[in-house]
Amino acid sequence: MDMKRLNLLFMNSLIFVLVATVVISGCKAKKANPFPLSGAVAGWEKSSETRTFEPKDLWQYIDGDSEQFIQAGVVSTSTSDYKYKDQLEAVVDVYTMNGPDGAQTILERGQTKDAQTVHLGDEGMQYAQSVHFRKGRYLVRIVAYESTPETPQALIALAHGVETNL
Amino acid sequence: MKSRRDFLKEAATGAVFFGAQSTRGMTRMLEQRAEQAKPRVVIAHDPALHGPDGKLDEKRVGDLLDRAITIYTGHKQPAEAWKCIVHEGGAEDKVIGLKTNGLGGKGISTHAVLVFAIAQRLQLAGVKPGNILVWDRNARDLQACGLTINTDPSHVRCFGSDLSGFEETVEQWGTSRARFSKLLTRECGMVINLPILKDHSMSGVTFAMKNMYGVIERPQDLHAGGCNPGVADLNAFPVIRQKIKLTIGDAMTSVYEGGPGFRPEHLWQPNALIVGEDRVALDQVAWGVLDRKRTEMGLQSLEAAGRPPRYIATAADSTHALGVNVLQQIKVIEV
Repeated sequence: MDMKRLNLLFMNSLIFVLVATVVISGCKAKKANPFPLSGAVAGWEKSSETRTFEPKDLWQYIDGDSEQFIQAGVVSTSTSDYKYKDQLEAVVDVYTMNGPDGAQTILERGQTKDAQTVHLGDEGMQYAQSVHFRKGRYLVRIVAYESTPETPQALIALAHGVETNL
Repeated sequence: MKSRRDFLKEAATGAVFFGAQSTRGMTRMLEQRAEQAKPRVVIAHDPALHGPDGKLDEKRVGDLLDRAITIYTGHKQPAEAWKCIVHEGGAEDKVIGLKTNGLGGKGISTHAVLVFAIAQRLQLAGVKPGNILVWDRNARDLQACGLTINTDPSHVRCFGSDLSGFEETVEQWGTSRARFSKLLTRECGMVINLPILKDHSMSGVTFAMKNMYGVIERPQDLHAGGCNPGVADLNAFPVIRQKIKLTIGDAMTSVYEGGPGFRPEHLWQPNALIVGEDRVALDQVAWGVLDRKRTEMGLQSLEAAGRPPRYIATAADSTHALGVNVLQQIKVIEV
């Protein structure tokens, strides 16, 4: 093989490696942080550090409720607090399951007759003070501690912010 | 002058008469004694406990607490009632722990306003501020209740087992093993249990007995079998039998489905305090309260949903002998 071809092969390999590195890094970054930063969603501020729990430690966060997630195949759970315009506080929980089935199982198990369908992810539902949705193998719960006239819309906006990062 | 026969006849009649009276009197006395021997559970309600803004009315919470405690102790004045509680608990000049439940997070944890009201009344009963310790698993759980961490003994103290640590020794009772918080074993002379009433996805109910999961290092080890016999075994450990003297259950807000976490779609406000010493009786009564709400909301009973709180019957069995779980043998006083 002559030098020209060798150089071409080398350059192509280098470009491939560089592109692959960027893509993989981008994927990792996307996977690592589903939580919108302060200001990324209008009115919302991230008000706590993100905490992450492995399945064996999930009980520390949700006690006996952890069992149903473990049985459904939870791989990791992350949570963070948010504040909306100093009038509303909420918590965002992101459960990474081992597959979409697990996310669907948990989402549908918790559904009540008051749930309203919302267009989020692969399936979403809203209540007066919470929004729940699943996207692929992710299950997201956003729960507000107060109920105000703005709560439902504010939660939907935050949910879209999380969905974008998944 | 009566004949001997008449005399004996009258005497026999009199004996029968007085005998019958004695029998009725004896029966009545025995019934009264049986009634007095029943464990008592006081449920005090105030439908206006939450204001129009949804927040608890501090004064009304205090009044509700006073009503519950005076009825329970039989003392007309709250100050005397609290002195009695401290004295009966053997806690003069000892640390009195107030064990909260902040596991469910901000929306469904023991309310700070109740904790403050109790701490205030203990001080009025002569307990030094530094001898009142509000505690839970860790700082986060206490903050979820709306409390602020404080280790300064010149004020009411508030901190968790994350600061004190746990005993090195693993204790065992039945099949259950546990390492206890040093706050329970070394700090508190007596504990007033302040659970919050919730549905629980595994045990069915979490209230007086299950609040003790927050006093050990690894409560996750006691969740198998719907927390049965874990809850019963834990409450049978000597340190818990001896030190947990009274329960003032927070039923001002509750969750009737989806617990133990905060589920606003299943939140309700019973606006009540549930007080007693027999934690088995308290949980049995609490079960009924939850089930009635579930029925009202069109949900299955806990039994039908496959998660009845079996630990209650286990706690009442002859092995554990922790209390009474038969409603007819519990005196429920609603005020």
